[in-house]
Amino acid sequence: MTGIVVVGGSLHTDPATPVDVRIRDGHVAEVGAGLAAGDDRVVDAAGCVLVPGLVDLRAHLREPGREEAETIRTGTTGAVLGGFTAVVAMPNTEPTLDSPSAVRDVAALAERALCEVVPAAALTVGRDGALLTPMGELTTMGVRIFTDANRSVADAALMRRIMEYATGLTEVAGGDPIVISHHCEEPALSAGGHMHEGEWSTRLGIRGAPREAETIMLGRDLALARKTGCRLHVPHVSAAESVAMIADAKAQGLPVTADVSVHHLCFVDADCAEYDPVFKVSPPLRTAADRAALLDGVITGVIDAITTDHAPHEPHTKEFPFDEAPSGVIGFETALAALVTQTELSLDRIVEALSVEPARIAGIGDRHGRPIVTGEPANCVVFDPTAEWTVDGSMMASRSHNTPWHDTVLRGRVRHTIVGGQLVVDGGVVRS
Amino acid sequence: MTTTPGPASDHDTPDESIDSNVFGRRQQRAFVARTLVLTGEEIQRAVRRMGHEILERNASLDDVVVIGLERGGVPIARAIAAALDQIEPTAGGVPVGSVDASFHRDDLGSQPGSIIPAVTQLPFAVDDRHVVLCDDVLFTGRTVRAALDAVTDFGRPRSIQLAVLVDRGHRELPIRPDYVGKNLPTARNESVRVSLDGVEIGELT
Amino acid sequence: MTDLLTIDQLGPDGIREVMACADAMAEVCSRPVPKVPALKGRTVASMFFEDSTRTRTSFETAARRLSADVLNFSASSSSVNKGESLRDTVETIEAMGVDAIVVRHRSSGAPQQIARWADAAVINAGDGWHAHPTQSLLDVYTIRAEGRSFEGLRIGIVGDISHSRVARSNIAAYLALGAEVTVVAPPTLLPPHVEALGASVSHDLDAVLAETDVLYLLRMQRERMDQALVPSLGEYHRAFGLTLDRAKSLSGSALIMHPGPMNRGVEISPEVIDDPRVRVLNQVTNGVIVRMAVLYLVLASTASDGVAS
Repeated sequence: MTGIVVVGGSLHTDPATPVDVRIRDGHVAEVGAGLAAGDDRVVDAAGCVLVPGLVDLRAHLREPGREEAETIRTGTTGAVLGGFTAVVAMPNTEPTLDSPSAVRDVAALAERALCEVVPAAALTVGRDGALLTPMGELTTMGVRIFTDANRSVADAALMRRIMEYATGLTEVAGGDPIVISHHCEEPALSAGGHMHEGEWSTRLGIRGAPREAETIMLGRDLALARKTGCRLHVPHVSAAESVAMIADAKAQGLPVTADVSVHHLCFVDADCAEYDPVFKVSPPLRTAADRAALLDGVITGVIDAITTDHAPHEPHTKEFPFDEAPSGVIGFETALAALVTQTELSLDRIVEALSVEPARIAGIGDRHGRPIVTGEPANCVVFDPTAEWTVDGSMMASRSHNTPWHDTVLRGRVRHTIVGGQLVVDGGVVRS
Repeated sequence: MTTTPGPASDHDTPDESIDSNVFGRRQQRAFVARTLVLTGEEIQRAVRRMGHEILERNASLDDVVVIGLERGGVPIARAIAAALDQIEPTAGGVPVGSVDASFHRDDLGSQPGSIIPAVTQLPFAVDDRHVVLCDDVLFTGRTVRAALDAVTDFGRPRSIQLAVLVDRGHRELPIRPDYVGKNLPTARNESVRVSLDGVEIGELT
Repeated sequence: MTDLLTIDQLGPDGIREVMACADAMAEVCSRPVPKVPALKGRTVASMFFEDSTRTRTSFETAARRLSADVLNFSASSSSVNKGESLRDTVETIEAMGVDAIVVRHRSSGAPQQIARWADAAVINAGDGWHAHPTQSLLDVYTIRAEGRSFEGLRIGIVGDISHSRVARSNIAAYLALGAEVTVVAPPTLLPPHVEALGASVSHDLDAVLAETDVLYLLRMQRERMDQALVPSLGEYHRAFGLTLDRAKSLSGSALIMHPGPMNRGVEISPEVIDDPRVRVLNQVTNGVIVRMAVLYLVLASTASDGVAS
């Protein structure tokens, strides 16, 4: 079997030095200057940097149940076009991924995926916040992340039991800690809120969700993590205060990690001013000061990972009034370019937060987020950091078009994506 | 002071009090005068002559009312009424009112200039009166057509007569003036600017 | 301007233009036959996704006095309950050939969204808690009709500011015209970051009464009781209602206004309703006049050749 040789690019760790990369049998076979092509397929990387394949810690692939919005096939098509080689699929499907059979079904569907799909399972049955899912059995099937997706477990006693129970599953998991990823939102406080509660919600006459809805729940979770020793992950942090609380917890040695979604690093509540529901997300976009604190959190490493929180909604659902429209944006194809264009993050830090760290947190660090050196699994991306393109929601691979970057000019585009040694995206096009 | 622009309408009606343009699409075109065709003194004479003609036609001023067409016709109406009062003083003078024809136009939204209508002021009944409708410039006749409807909304005059300071031609409707200050042949694309100080021909640029 | 969505969009100049046009409309309304053919051949659709007989009737009367055809759409008789999106609904109505759409919606921002989708002129007849520009314009007209100048005029707006589109639009209109606006409410009925609206804030009606030229009472929605925003309507009335005693401390030349319908015994005591300073019926009359002006200006701005300003 012939391999691939990626020529004319450089590694993001050393962009000044041109190197070629030979990939064979799913692994990096050779890294060096002026590699001879031989029988291998030549992949042009002129002007590009090679980065490890991206890993999305949080994506809603909608299948099964809402195939009109997205399928695992269409979702992962978008993912590989955006440079992702693995995505963690949220369990808020229909049915919920709260049972071994549901997880098994998704694993079977994932065989048609274009990249690795890592199912996360629900914390509670039906994500109803009442009964624990069979976490032990799910762990034996390989599940490492448990989450109720965009719902919080309001009952503190139940959350305590979940965390305690999870700590006992480390052995079942072969030494990996089970990660409890919990959406932080005190539901009574945020009830009916459609955007961040602040000056803009007041001006626009939209009921807001206060930042305290997040920080109160985060405070509870951190206290319970301290008590139980549970490995807690805080997804889509949105408030400046939360960043400080996580920094404190880490300083005290708590086993906590956190992520922020790309859109919280790029947009703020004022972007809702035109009532375009494409800016309606959960947790809500907050103020410019929050955005600055989140960026700072990523730079300092308080926030470990960046996620897309890819949440497709069929087109017409964003044609409802702001307060009737569902929350969420799609994000696979724009993530890397948006971070390069709209944030001050270095490409190195972006790669860490969008590949290395999420791979580690998801328990797939043995094969994703690896350095591009000989012998490593070949999940990598050829990224053109200077290519400019205008985002067109209707041209996305996703079944849905709800991108807040529509009509925005972004810099940087994925040229090739290699998943498990296979050239899946070639010149910005998915190979059939 | 009013300026009649090219073919779009008889009138450009700048508002004295409202000079903003949040609504509408005022064309900020400047009038460049080329020829002075009537001096202030000549206007006074023409108005006086028209006064005599009105009196001659109507025999008595008892049933005559004068109505100016907003906005350029209003000062003309006042001047004509003053002339009538001078020629034949009556108790209380000749009643003067004004109408705005905006609500009766057939080209809503396409006339240039402000779209803010003026307040129609007819503090008298028009029924069985001889109405002398006054305007500064008679052009296509469309504003007069609208004004006839506006006036007849208020009642049934015995007659409506039309007095204009300048008739510049180019009629698009079967309307003719009863009293004319000056017949002024113009090209369609020319503009006529009228005030009581003088009448000028020029262009909008 | 071809849509009227908010007061901010008008600014002081736009408000004055509406007032000048409303003067002409007031003259039309004073005629024995209060009707002119200004909008003959134009179709105005009233799309009320939320019931409001008063506002709908006011707009429809205004449209008819200008000889427009009125097409009536209400959410209860439509397919919005069948999963049709707002955009679908608007495009359906527009396909019937309408020149202006008057929108009332329970969701803030719905008229903005509709304006993005529709070629027709969109007039906001009240959206959620956000804006009710024609109410504010009729209130400005009512105050102006009393010969009051807005420069330095002290206006107190009392009641549920948080959930009130009338409050938001009126604050914007009064501030734009140079008035001093104080909102008076318990903290639970003030929106977070109320300072973003630009008005002064008081929690004590008695403290501001004597210094008030216009007292504007907002309607207290009974459903707010369920949300524990005030302990009871009785307590609200005692603290924020216009009682006979409070009416006495209000200046003799002050105006008392309310967007209607009034809750007797809540915002205002029954014995104050007939106070000569109350202008509630003038507000209703002026509502038709001002809405005629808005319909006329918006449609006259929309050139018949389809070129917008």
